[in-house]
Amino acid sequence: MIAARALTRRFGAQVALDAVSLTVAAGEYCVLLGPSGCGKTTLLNILGGFLDPTSGVLEIAGKPMTGVPAARRPTTTVFQDYALFPHMTVAANVAFGLRMRGWPRARRTARAAEMLALVGLEGAGGKRPADLSGGQKQRVALARALAVDPQVCLLDEPLGALDLGLRRAMQAELRAIQRRVGATFVHVTHDQDEAMAIADRLVVMNRGRIEDEGPPERVYRRPATRFAAAFLGETNAIPARVAGGRLATPLGDFGPAGGAEGARLVALIRPEHLRPDPDGPIRGRLREAVFQGQTRRVTVEAGGIALVARLPVAAPLAETVTLAFDPADIHCLPEEP
Amino acid sequence: MRRFALCAGYMGALYAFILLPVGVLVLFSFQDGRLPIPPFRGPTLRWHEAVLTDRRLMAALWNSAVVAAGSSAVATLLGFLAARGLATGRLAGAAAIRAALLAPLSVSYLVIGLGLLASLNLAGLGLSLWTVAIGHSVINLPLCFAICAAAMGPAVVQAERAARDLGAGEGRVMALVTAPMILPALAAAFLLSMTFSWDEFIIAFLLSRFEVTLPVEIWSLLRGGLNPKTNAVGSLVFLASALVVLAAELALLRRKG
Amino acid sequence: MSLDAAEARRAWALTLPAVVWTVAFFVVPFMAMAALSLWQRTAAGLVPAWTLENYRAILGEPAAVRAILNSIEITLTVTALSVVLAFPLAWIIAEEVPPRWRRLALALAVLPFWTSYVVRSYAWSLMLARQGVLNGWLEGIGLPALDLANSRAATVIGFTHFFTMLLTLTIYASLTQLPPNLRRAAADLGAGPVATFHHVILPLTAPGIAVGAFLTFALCVGDYVTPQILGGGRDLAAAQLVMLNLGRRADIPMAAALSVCLMLLVTLAYLLLARFMRAPR
Repeated sequence: MIAARALTRRFGAQVALDAVSLTVAAGEYCVLLGPSGCGKTTLLNILGGFLDPTSGVLEIAGKPMTGVPAARRPTTTVFQDYALFPHMTVAANVAFGLRMRGWPRARRTARAAEMLALVGLEGAGGKRPADLSGGQKQRVALARALAVDPQVCLLDEPLGALDLGLRRAMQAELRAIQRRVGATFVHVTHDQDEAMAIADRLVVMNRGRIEDEGPPERVYRRPATRFAAAFLGETNAIPARVAGGRLATPLGDFGPAGGAEGARLVALIRPEHLRPDPDGPIRGRLREAVFQGQTRRVTVEAGGIALVARLPVAAPLAETVTLAFDPADIHCLPEEP
Repeated sequence: MRRFALCAGYMGALYAFILLPVGVLVLFSFQDGRLPIPPFRGPTLRWHEAVLTDRRLMAALWNSAVVAAGSSAVATLLGFLAARGLATGRLAGAAAIRAALLAPLSVSYLVIGLGLLASLNLAGLGLSLWTVAIGHSVINLPLCFAICAAAMGPAVVQAERAARDLGAGEGRVMALVTAPMILPALAAAFLLSMTFSWDEFIIAFLLSRFEVTLPVEIWSLLRGGLNPKTNAVGSLVFLASALVVLAAELALLRRKG
Repeated sequence: MSLDAAEARRAWALTLPAVVWTVAFFVVPFMAMAALSLWQRTAAGLVPAWTLENYRAILGEPAAVRAILNSIEITLTVTALSVVLAFPLAWIIAEEVPPRWRRLALALAVLPFWTSYVVRSYAWSLMLARQGVLNGWLEGIGLPALDLANSRAATVIGFTHFFTMLLTLTIYASLTQLPPNLRRAAADLGAGPVATFHHVILPLTAPGIAVGAFLTFALCVGDYVTPQILGGGRDLAAAQLVMLNLGRRADIPMAAALSVCLMLLVTLAYLLLARFMRAPR
């Protein structure tokens, strides 16, 4: 549905987007994740037709988008601040795109009611945007974007202004609505939990480039870069070397390893993949333990490295801690300069 | 390209309409002749010199400055106090009070001046610079009140509460917390009032007798018809106001930056 | 005393001076003027006759009715002209001028604001005088000279000059207050420039335009200086008639009655425009 090749965007001397290539299949829920200033919003604005790329080619639904204004693209946008028209009713907001397409009033009204029902706002059509709560405004913005039946719906931090509980509830709902309408969604966020919860395809961005992309589980377990690994959640990075076909680390032997003999690597292991085991290969001194409800986050010093582990609350704590792991949970990356 | 030409053309035409009269006014203040009409001869500074040595004009200028400063000080002080009183949200009928304080904004200066003139007549009181200053404080009070009220946000009310909590008395709360916090608004209110009072004609005309302000003195100069001396006064007043505005603008910019 | 009562008392103490000032020097004088409009000027001086005779005289005197109608006609012409001239200028400054030049462009557009009000009218009388600058140019390019001095056209030009500046400011303010995403949202949903202007920009800037138009009306209809300097003494505006009654005829009650009529006109304009001045919530 979306095919971007080598999209670059400069603002003066600053490169906001650096030769980004991305394909998104029809009906996919794609989430662009990254810290602020990583280029994700710039990319979304280029997709929506609000910004020209400095160079690169963009095709949506098989057609080149160069010079095509937002109005004539098969995309609609849900803006971060919702951008609801304050002087129109909710129903008129939702029906605006249809009105611009010359739909007769009766059909518009029916379609607006249908879209409001889709987002769970039946009967709110007569209200003004100012009478709605943040979550309701968000739904109206979504209904307005979907009313014109776009092939691609672009969402710019759509849940950014909502509080945590509402955000989690809306994630599930967004996902369900996307399934029902079947459009391709491209969603920008900086919240990794939100990204992993809704994405079919997760795109992690940093400094104008794509660090990794793929199904969330794959990206989480086998990230392509250190940045992608760290942005999705806490991780332990242990320097390692291939010696005799095995992974040698300051913490001991980490099992068989591929790669050239003598190669310097970084072995990544997530805190929840370390478990207490009296016979475990890692032995260290307990430095800190923080109770976090479901788990206890402990810091253990072993072999000159501070390791973070997430242990069951019931696990006994002693001066010395021994930890074990499943070699399958180890993910190796080449050492970065 | 055509869009650019269209915009530039329109802007040029409107700027000409807006700026030309002032340009012509200034240009012909240097006219070396009796009439400020083409052809232009000169330049000469003799009309500017004539203005600066005209005792009546200089007296009017001084009167204007005193009236502007005095009426603006009163309007700013009263507006500030009222904005503070209303910001507490503890007054019954606050909306009505606010409306009453803002009411003079919607009444033309001629009517305000006439009303004051009528009641001064009825009360048997004479006209002087004092009555002009009172008239100007009436037209500027709503403005000062509105500017101060807009600046009295929740942050100011909270800070006042904190100061009171730490043991500051009312006077010190106002002097050490409120006023410094909204200083830009107070300065803006005062300066805007100054320019309004400085420029005001009809109230000053109706409520003054022997001592007059500058616009009234200029008005009497106009009776003599077109005269380069009038151009010179106008240019000098324009220059002074423009400098004050520029200074205020720069001060605000520096604060922001 | 309860804490609430103490706070309320303090709030009153702060607000009272301004209220007293406004009542003493605005409300009371205003009432006095309204009362005075019911008096009569007789050979023996002013008499508290408490009659509507002055108002009847205004309605019965063609010159007075003519002056009020003149003021209304001039004001409506000026308001319409100023809105039509100012909107594109404000638009160009807000939309087309590069951001770093915007402040300067706006400052230039209102520069003559800072000339004295009396002097501004005088400057126009220089421009429009029979041997003035405008006619100098017209003759220079071979066109016939215009006789604009002391005419209603001159009054309208002088007013329009001032109110174009004022409206450029208010319209510019309401244009820049529009959240930029609203325009993008309209474009995104398929609205072209004309539809966006009609459905989004105009309805949302209407309050700013209406406020500016009301200010224009209120300031223009009661103004004395501009018609006196530019319009001359033949085709009087209402405020000139007020001053005439005050001065030469020494008929304060009549001047007061005319002023009350002007006030009523402004109130009427307010009621007509109030609907448009309210911003959508």
